[in-house]
Amino acid sequence: MPAVQETVERVKTLDVDQYKYGFETHIEVDKAPKGLSEDIVRFISQKKGEPEWMTEWRLEAYRRWVTMREPTWARVSYPKIDYQDLYYYAAPKKNPAPKSLDEVDPEILKTYEKLGIPLREQEILAGVEGGSRVAVDAVFDSVSVATTFKEELRKAGVIFCSISEAIREHAELVRKYLGSVVPVSDNFFATLNSAVFTDGSFVYVPEGVRCPMELSTYFRINERKTGQFERTLIIADKGSYVSYLEGCTAPQRDENQLHAAVVELIALDDAEIKYSTVQNWYPGDAQGKGGVYNFVTKRGDCRGANSKISWTQVETGSAITWKYPSCILRGDNSRGEFYSIAISNGYQQVDSGTKMLHLGKNTTSRIISKGIAAGRSENTYRGLVSAHRKATGARNFTNCDSLLIGDKCGAHTVPYIESKNASAVFEHEATTSKISDDQMFYCLQRGLDEEEAVALIVNGFVKDVLQQLPMEFAVEAQKLISISLEGSVG
Amino acid sequence: MLQINNLVVEIDGKRILNGLDLSVKAGEVAAIMGPNGSGKSTLSYVIAGKEDYEVLDGEIVLDGQNLLEMDPHERAAHGVFLAFQYPLEIPGVATMTFLKSVMNAQRKARGEEELTTPDFMRRVKKAAERLHIDQEMLKRALNVGFSGGEKKRMEILQMALLEPRFCILDETDSGLDIDALRVVAEGVNALRDPKRAFLVITHYQRLLNHIVPDSVHVMANGRIVRSGGKELALELEASGYAEYKEEAA
Ligand SMILES: Nc1ncnc2c1ncn2[C@@H]1O[C@H](COP(=O)(O)OP(=O)(O)OP(=O)(O)O)[C@@H](O)[C@H]1O
Ligand SMILES: [Mg+2]
Repeated sequence: MPAVQETVERVKTLDVDQYKYGFETHIEVDKAPKGLSEDIVRFISQKKGEPEWMTEWRLEAYRRWVTMREPTWARVSYPKIDYQDLYYYAAPKKNPAPKSLDEVDPEILKTYEKLGIPLREQEILAGVEGGSRVAVDAVFDSVSVATTFKEELRKAGVIFCSISEAIREHAELVRKYLGSVVPVSDNFFATLNSAVFTDGSFVYVPEGVRCPMELSTYFRINERKTGQFERTLIIADKGSYVSYLEGCTAPQRDENQLHAAVVELIALDDAEIKYSTVQNWYPGDAQGKGGVYNFVTKRGDCRGANSKISWTQVETGSAITWKYPSCILRGDNSRGEFYSIAISNGYQQVDSGTKMLHLGKNTTSRIISKGIAAGRSENTYRGLVSAHRKATGARNFTNCDSLLIGDKCGAHTVPYIESKNASAVFEHEATTSKISDDQMFYCLQRGLDEEEAVALIVNGFVKDVLQQLPMEFAVEAQKLISISLEGSVG
Repeated sequence: MLQINNLVVEIDGKRILNGLDLSVKAGEVAAIMGPNGSGKSTLSYVIAGKEDYEVLDGEIVLDGQNLLEMDPHERAAHGVFLAFQYPLEIPGVATMTFLKSVMNAQRKARGEEELTTPDFMRRVKKAAERLHIDQEMLKRALNVGFSGGEKKRMEILQMALLEPRFCILDETDSGLDIDALRVVAEGVNALRDPKRAFLVITHYQRLLNHIVPDSVHVMANGRIVRSGGKELALELEASGYAEYKEEAA
């Protein structure tokens, strides 16, 4: 039996059932009643102690949303979601905003430990080694649980807190920037998020400050039938720099879990934001049952001249991924980057890519996308690069490579290019390759087993993108890639 | 060391090896010659454990172990090495990374310690110099864009680093210029060892001028039809395979 055939056989039986993070935490939960209505929106806003303007903002979004339709253009298919059958608010009960990790429910901390991100350890490590430091804002279902490193960040003038806290404590910043990149009415999922978002992170880096450490959030979906709607807002003021990492994990369940997040990034003059995502949500079982539906709107606005926003993502999870981190290149000489590794296995469906909208002069963008499809998965890259009439000297380079493992999966590339300025130069390269039986045999003959061989070839394939991740997370991502391809070969 | 008895192999219902017998002693260099399509590469693949080949009968025993019961990577760890007639390209994987991965994989399989980076570097440097392989080439993706001769030298480099007990060289001389041929042959000769055996598949005497064989076997229609000493190769060069083809028909 040829290697690819065997791959397919194995995937059918094993693969994603072995989801490593499929465990539940048992803690008391404070939940809103099922379904969505103006009352639920008010309930959420009230629960979070929000000011009146925020409640109104949400209600406006809700009223918009009821007039909108779910988009159908992506190359994904899933049974209709009953939005009235979901819970929109779930907060761990014993959690009145802990001051330090000691006050955090030990069950929750245990969950994070299982995830391999011991908050406590990170704090200690940072103190001892003084080398790599990561501030973690952990989101457990909907409420931000603990924020480490707060003190040190405060000294640098960096605000890093939950969005709820920001709404209360930094209202002027939130009012100025929230919804300024992803408008309330942007798209079905973003509008839904605007109405019901329950938590997420807020970052503000003041003028001229280089954030002294990597900022990181771990999202996790725990409660049954809760949609998770985080909202993240990051503002890099003039000449500042910040690197942010988002990691996501969800426990294993039979029913599908909905995740519709919104991330907004704003970079002012000469500022730079690096946003990295390592996403390994539960992808569903071998029959395609269960798993997370991930419908996310991520957009960065290079608002100032010479600003830069760079998205790096490693996507290995979710049953369905619908996600297009984008850059609006508004400031002259601004630069947008998108580096992506998307791995699909089992019955996963991924439709992901980016949009680079060149508005300012001499704006540049770079897209490197690596799609890996195994099992019976479908992996689509969808990208738009456009140049506005005034975007003189706009340049883009796009490279999309797909790697197929087995012959029951699919990889698709859908590039859209729109140029209204004759001086714009857009380059596009795309390749599709397959790990051949002969390549496999060559590696086996040298002593690698099948999984080692696939991991080696895949890691070679994604190398250019892995290099873009902050050091600490590149190693984690590499491990994740191996895990997600486990069982993709005999 | 290697003992093959009555090997019968088919692929896609077509019989390629037809009751092949061969034995190679430790320390021996055995040459196999024979017309195109006679099954030489097939034999090397079956020894190494390539899928798709159906072994209908026979056995292959290397130092007491029946290879046919082992997976390809286990055979590799047990000391089987095949220098491919057409080495494969592995895009994106730096040659260095590949070398380190395979060396450590074999060591792990044998329950040995992984190599430290300095130790690994030292070994690679030494072996590469001997084969006139430029250090820069080792940073490139394995075999990608390498010339035919470079690929063949890379095979011998891997052989030198992995230190296998049984080495199969499938037409390693093809694609080599005269100087490269000498370099490669020297590389192989340096590995000659009383505990190691070689199976050298070739069409030309010129390789055997450099790597002098202890025995020469003629293969036709999927079996060994004649065996002799190194003079047999010279005789074949003069007279061709006509008599064996007829004999088999
Ligand atoms: N998949 C296959 N299906 C049918 N026949 C095959 C297949 N693969 C190889 N063969 C045949 O097996 C025979 C032996 O091939 P092999 O490559 O072993 O010959 P060889 O002795 O190495 O020849 P050369 O000297 O040209 O390298 C050939 O006739 C070849 O066409
Ligand atoms: Mg051959």
